[in-house]
Amino acid sequence: MADAPIVSLADLTVIYAGSERPALSGIDLDIAPGECVGVIGLNGAGKTTLGLCLNGVIPQLLPATVTGRALVCGRDPTTTPVREMARSVGIVFDNPEYQFSQATVAEEVAFGLENLGVVRESMPARIAVALEAVGLTGLEERSPFALSGGQQQRLAIASVLVMEPAILVMDEPTSNLDPVGTAEVFDIVRRLNRDEGMTVVVAEHDVEAVAALVDRIVVLAEGRIALQGRTRQALARIEELDALGLRPPGVTEVAHALAPADPELPVTVDEALRWLEARV
Amino acid sequence: MSGGETVVAIDDLRFAYPGGVAALAGVSLRIARGTIFGIVGQNGSGKTTLAKHLNGLLRPTSGRVVVTGLDTTEHAVRELARHVGYVFQNPGHQLFARTVAEELAIGPRNLGVEADEIDDRIASVTATLQLTDVLPMHPYRLPLPMRKLVSIASVLTMRPSLLVLDEPTTGQDHRTSRRITEVIDSVRAGGTTIVCVTHDMSLLAAVSDRVVVLHEGRIAADGTPRGILSDRALMAATRIRPPQVTELSLAIRGRADRPGALSVGELVDEIRSVT
Repeated sequence: MADAPIVSLADLTVIYAGSERPALSGIDLDIAPGECVGVIGLNGAGKTTLGLCLNGVIPQLLPATVTGRALVCGRDPTTTPVREMARSVGIVFDNPEYQFSQATVAEEVAFGLENLGVVRESMPARIAVALEAVGLTGLEERSPFALSGGQQQRLAIASVLVMEPAILVMDEPTSNLDPVGTAEVFDIVRRLNRDEGMTVVVAEHDVEAVAALVDRIVVLAEGRIALQGRTRQALARIEELDALGLRPPGVTEVAHALAPADPELPVTVDEALRWLEARV
Repeated sequence: MSGGETVVAIDDLRFAYPGGVAALAGVSLRIARGTIFGIVGQNGSGKTTLAKHLNGLLRPTSGRVVVTGLDTTEHAVRELARHVGYVFQNPGHQLFARTVAEELAIGPRNLGVEADEIDDRIASVTATLQLTDVLPMHPYRLPLPMRKLVSIASVLTMRPSLLVLDEPTTGQDHRTSRRITEVIDSVRAGGTTIVCVTHDMSLLAAVSDRVVVLHEGRIAADGTPRGILSDRALMAATRIRPPQVTELSLAIRGRADRPGALSVGELVDEIRSVT
């Protein structure tokens, strides 16, 4: 990595107020600008906590004891006001409708800008750009609640894109979507990452869906990094993943059964087809 | 399984939400006792609406729904609850008590089951679901996967002859999904008929006997999981993603004319047999 990391966590430990067990424990993680990182793990492994540390919601809004060091876009998210961090880090959650508060799609996107104190004149252009990026142009006057699940999640993405963050953090963005909605959302995220160079951190339990998207996988287990590596190498470590209660994509399991010693395996159907053809 | 006895009979079911479009536009089907029956379809296809007709949560706008011999328009939900257990997608919608033990007793107590019998049922259900250790705990102090299992257990203590599961594995990680799969198998082994509404095609591939695909309020297909998941045109038209192993097995040259594999093991055997 030539560039200085955009996210740098060193020995980061988080203990929620009133709890004794750390939600995150000794996390060392550097993310380069433009990287697309998947964070996977069982429920309760610390995925959401990690995301909320990046924009300062932990410990500023959710009380917790945070030790170690965190630097995000050159700033310390534990002390930089959340409002300020929102210019650098946009977060999208699993239930977009819980975040919506406005009557129309356009107002929903404008809402974040107003909170940032952006001058009204520059808003329409920025809103148009954000809606175009997520393919919702033309639905400006629609109620957010009248959108499909995939469209709602895309609106949630537009609402953070409009603030022009350097990092997009997604917390289980597809857990309430059907496969079509999931594909819609991940296609947009892929484009933002590859074409716009946006850094993306996506926490997911659907390993199959996220494998096709991310460059690198970080596996959390009980608040610690249990395993990490390039996507096609990390997911080839089937026995270790299984011991952690995680399952790699089906095609990766098939390839592993055929070539147990291969350190790098396909994670999508297309990759698996090419992999099989090369072997026969 | 006792020789094809019909547990669910639905005839030309139509349903429109108040002021809304038709959510179900003429659905007819029969479900035989002991079947694990999958209902799939994209969001908005009508699958949860259909499931909610099975215990009278929704009543047909027209058509007929008969469950365990009872016409749902003629029986109250609490009466149907003796026969039909419904597990909601979100366990928070059905957990009320202070302890798991209490939670599991509510259903049978409401049905007038004797205390001793309730204790027996709780013991048996918690043994099957490996929940014995959490009986004294508060349901909300449990992690999400455990709450899901408790919500299933709280319905099973009513000994339903039909169990309806709405998205049992959605939002659950692999470890929990695998446990839910085992629970479905063991509940069926006890003679219960199971209807499972889901996006999880791997779950259906693993457990179901029969699958219907709903699309725009109608049944677009009705068949075995292998036949349904191998039908690429159907999957594309109804916007469903089959399991990766099925896609890969169909994509391998020369296999497009045969149904695809449903599991990793099947596909590995298939590839080994030709190479």
